[in-house]
Amino acid sequence: MNGIPMEHGLLLSAVLFVLGLVGVLVRRNLIMILMSLEVMLNATGLAFIVAGSRWGQADGQIMFLLILTLAAAEVGVGLGLVLQIFRRFHTLDADSLNGMKG
Amino acid sequence: MAITLFYITSAVAVFATVMMITRLNAVHGLLYLILSLLAVGVLFFLLGAHFAAVLEVIIYAGAIMVLFVFVIMMLNQGQKTIEQERAWLQPGIWIGPSLLAFILFVEMLAIVVLDGGAETDHVVNAKQVGIALYGPYLLAVELASMLLLAGLVGAYHLAKPIIKVEEKS
Repeated sequence: MNGIPMEHGLLLSAVLFVLGLVGVLVRRNLIMILMSLEVMLNATGLAFIVAGSRWGQADGQIMFLLILTLAAAEVGVGLGLVLQIFRRFHTLDADSLNGMKG
Repeated sequence: MAITLFYITSAVAVFATVMMITRLNAVHGLLYLILSLLAVGVLFFLLGAHFAAVLEVIIYAGAIMVLFVFVIMMLNQGQKTIEQERAWLQPGIWIGPSLLAFILFVEMLAIVVLDGGAETDHVVNAKQVGIALYGPYLLAVELASMLLLAGLVGAYHLAKPIIKVEEKS
């Protein structure tokens, strides 16, 4: 029996998630924010895989697949938005985009 | 054996993520992010999710990161690009990511050479995943395809040049 303890896997997932969250909150570059979002989604997938491995079921990997799909769609739309923001404002600073129209 | 590899890889993943969120330059952050994703891929393998590990490397570290590289390069046009590239490609930058990649490579060699030494108890292979995916989860697959289509249309619409909008108004 050389199984990996589930608690440690979940702990690692939580640490990675918190690191991604800190990145989203602290960084002001839009590309860095998107990359931190990727880390958060990846940590969620890791939690699912750990749980799926613990019970030997395929459901964990299927949830990871769905998260992968979500991440791909999110990155496509997010990077499109980043391109549009850069064209309009000529900056990637999230703090300089705080003005709303109307 | 598997537990030792698990802890080493966890340390690599956490360290790479910390380095990623503290880099000032987006490209340097991207290097460390790729390392973090590769480390998580190794973790998936150690956890018995071989199919997910392959997808992690191919789609996350391969396809999605290429998108990031494209956008970073698109946003840096003009004369100052050359000096920027020179600053980005300083030899010292590569030491950290190369070292982490080397650790992961040694782990992979250890897994291959020991041949079964890193086996965990619950291996869920691709066949089981496929049967479950196209059985009870068929609706989720359809929804994922709709999501991808919506993402495609949205990305195409959002990334269109701004010129046409200005002409109208």
